Amino acid sequence: MGKEKVLKRLGSPQELEALRASIVKSRDPKQACLVVCGGTGCLALGAQKVITAFRRELKERGLEDKVSLRVTGCPGFCERGPLVVVKPENILYQQVKSEDVAEIVSATVKGKIVDRLLYTDPGTGKKITYESDVPFYKKQKRLLLSDNSNIDPTEIRDYLALGGYAALSKVLFDLSPEAVIKEVKKSGLRGRGGGGFPTGVKWESCRQAPGDKRYIICNCDEGDPGAFMDRSLMEGNPHSVLEGMLIGAYAIGGHEGYIYVRNEYPLAVRNAEIAVKQAEELGLLGKNILGSGFDFDIKISRGGGAFVCGESTALMASLEGKVGEPRAKYVHTVEKGLWEQPTNLNNVETWANVPLIIENGADWYAKIGTAGSKGTKIFSLVGKINNTGLVEVPMGITLREVIYDIGGGIPEGKKFKAVQTGGPSGGCIPEDKLDLPVDFDELDRVGSMMGSGGMIVMDENSCMVDIAKYFISFLEGESCGKCVPCREGLKRMSQILARITEGKGKDGDIDLLERLSATLVDSSLCALGSTAPNPVLTTLRYFRDEYEAHIKDKRCPAGVCKELVTYLIDEKKCPGCGLCVKACPVEAITDMGKKKPVVLDQEKCIKCGACYDVCNLGAVIRK
Amino acid sequence: MKTKTKPAKQKVKTVLDRHQRDRGMLVAILQDIQAEYNYLPKKALTEVSQGLDIPLTQVYSVASFFKAFSLKPRGRHIINVCLGTACHVRGAVRVLDEIERRLGIKAGGTTKDHRYTLETVNCVGACALGPIVIIDGNYSGEMKADGVKALLKGYK
Repeated sequence: MGKEKVLKRLGSPQELEALRASIVKSRDPKQACLVVCGGTGCLALGAQKVITAFRRELKERGLEDKVSLRVTGCPGFCERGPLVVVKPENILYQQVKSEDVAEIVSATVKGKIVDRLLYTDPGTGKKITYESDVPFYKKQKRLLLSDNSNIDPTEIRDYLALGGYAALSKVLFDLSPEAVIKEVKKSGLRGRGGGGFPTGVKWESCRQAPGDKRYIICNCDEGDPGAFMDRSLMEGNPHSVLEGMLIGAYAIGGHEGYIYVRNEYPLAVRNAEIAVKQAEELGLLGKNILGSGFDFDIKISRGGGAFVCGESTALMASLEGKVGEPRAKYVHTVEKGLWEQPTNLNNVETWANVPLIIENGADWYAKIGTAGSKGTKIFSLVGKINNTGLVEVPMGITLREVIYDIGGGIPEGKKFKAVQTGGPSGGCIPEDKLDLPVDFDELDRVGSMMGSGGMIVMDENSCMVDIAKYFISFLEGESCGKCVPCREGLKRMSQILARITEGKGKDGDIDLLERLSATLVDSSLCALGSTAPNPVLTTLRYFRDEYEAHIKDKRCPAGVCKELVTYLIDEKKCPGCGLCVKACPVEAITDMGKKKPVVLDQEKCIKCGACYDVCNLGAVIRK
Repeated sequence: MKTKTKPAKQKVKTVLDRHQRDRGMLVAILQDIQAEYNYLPKKALTEVSQGLDIPLTQVYSVASFFKAFSLKPRGRHIINVCLGTACHVRGAVRVLDEIERRLGIKAGGTTKDHRYTLETVNCVGACALGPIVIIDGNYSGEMKADGVKALLKGYK
């Protein structure tokens, strides 16, 4: 893999280009390459075994020179992992196991295809050979994610081979800091962390703020549950983030940077650390970068598992070794941030967009997207959806296209109910808004938000009151406790929602929730509190009938809320197979002998749902 | 622990030196200490406070603020149930209920025999596999309540 080679420091842009040329020359673009996804999703599905098997197979058959192996970050199609792509043809094999490895290697050498491992289009029933023909990928526009499968993230040469750090070289030698800012402003890039603030404007404010030092921060504290875009970029293409930060640092005039990354993402931490080390060795980080006289260092800081640290001032407090509590922002962090100095913080995805803008120009970038939101956005499409995974789409695509064309719709023929965007601070969007074009402003208009890009799909079996309770209790636990509205308000809202889901809701509870929400919106110290009521407000706006069913009829229409649910055995359907008897953890179900329906003792039942899960015949009814 | 136990002072000193005694790295320092001991012993926190020349109250406030830190010894096996949104809508709570019931502890607790510590995490980003339970870093996807018994058995 060439990792043992010591990298020689580059002293000029010419040396960078010479190195790039030599890397490209040493590689045969026609050579077969087996690309295995080593992202967290595929690893959890057993990709490590597949990787080990490929290594052994290639070695034993003496094919190491003929067929190369590349372990990459996430290409996005997590649902079908572990994923293997054979280059240069881009043949996609899905759900690959270590037993399949020998066959894949043999077929690749002979130029053949292993049919049984191809993806089958659920619509047409036909097998699809090439990655780009799979419907999941077809409608995407993968500016950022496409390189994930071309790069071994622990190998800077792979990034250089694709033109990496050329944008940095360009700004250092051909553009003034002001010109870089102008270009980023012109591109219309807005912050991908959720705020949607124009990136170039932020940079300009930071550059112009008085101070001795300027800090550059990359926010990879991706705390939104159900969102993993930033993780995949940091795991899969860390150098694109570093290059973006370097360009930003040059434009702003900063010489010290931090990457704040969630400790729950061990692979992202590791790959970021390796990337920083390799960039330092090549002289792309550190003193006198590429001989330009510009200095920039990056430190990596791991988060401590606090959601609020995704908020910029809380993150900075944590970087100072303090408790991660936010402060009021009447003085912006671009003026006084880390250690009271001007600080520019952007999210991972924002930084990764920067080299693309510099390389291809602001005009090219501004052509993609809608009037107010430019470029692409990565979403993590999860929940009750057939194709779980990461999707990168141009701004302005409709929710329907994302959920049905790319996501493949709802599993088991169930009915779509809502899609939740924007993480815990976002909202639930109902079916009649599915044709909404996705951009910052449109999502705001319906009461939700872009957020960092979580997209959680819910079907008829999801209870909207339960979802609101889930987010509120999540935020209650994550509230830092500094300001009263957030600390106390969320606690009360959480109590009210809990009693509604337990069948103890009272008249006036909805009204009380709305009043508390208004107080939080108006008076919380930071965005965690002021956006916290969104899940409640949107579910009340679009699914008020579900709240009323819980409160008035003591009924959970979706069958989720435990206290309001009863499990029954449908005697007509039950053949007495006994599967549920074995599954029941509390022996509440009794086997009455062959071909006789089982009997469920309601007194003993703890409503865990194990019998419901295990019965394939629909003989367990949830009411 | 396999290696000969170094005295606390020495261990903490090594960690502090690794981070150049940078006060800004307090969170990272505590993470490394926790990796060593499995939790944050009081003695180590005192050493950190002296080593970085910051008040013990500040060390304590950080150690008790972040979810990743434990001030009590934890079990031999750490069970993490993902309660991210995707896992939640796919029934993670029922899996958690079942683990709690079997172990007789609530999330955040440790069994009396110190075999298991049960924790929850807000999304590990492997949403395609939800609900997910992670034990000692090993991921088990698509968990159901009736699979809990067999899963726990594997960790003595």
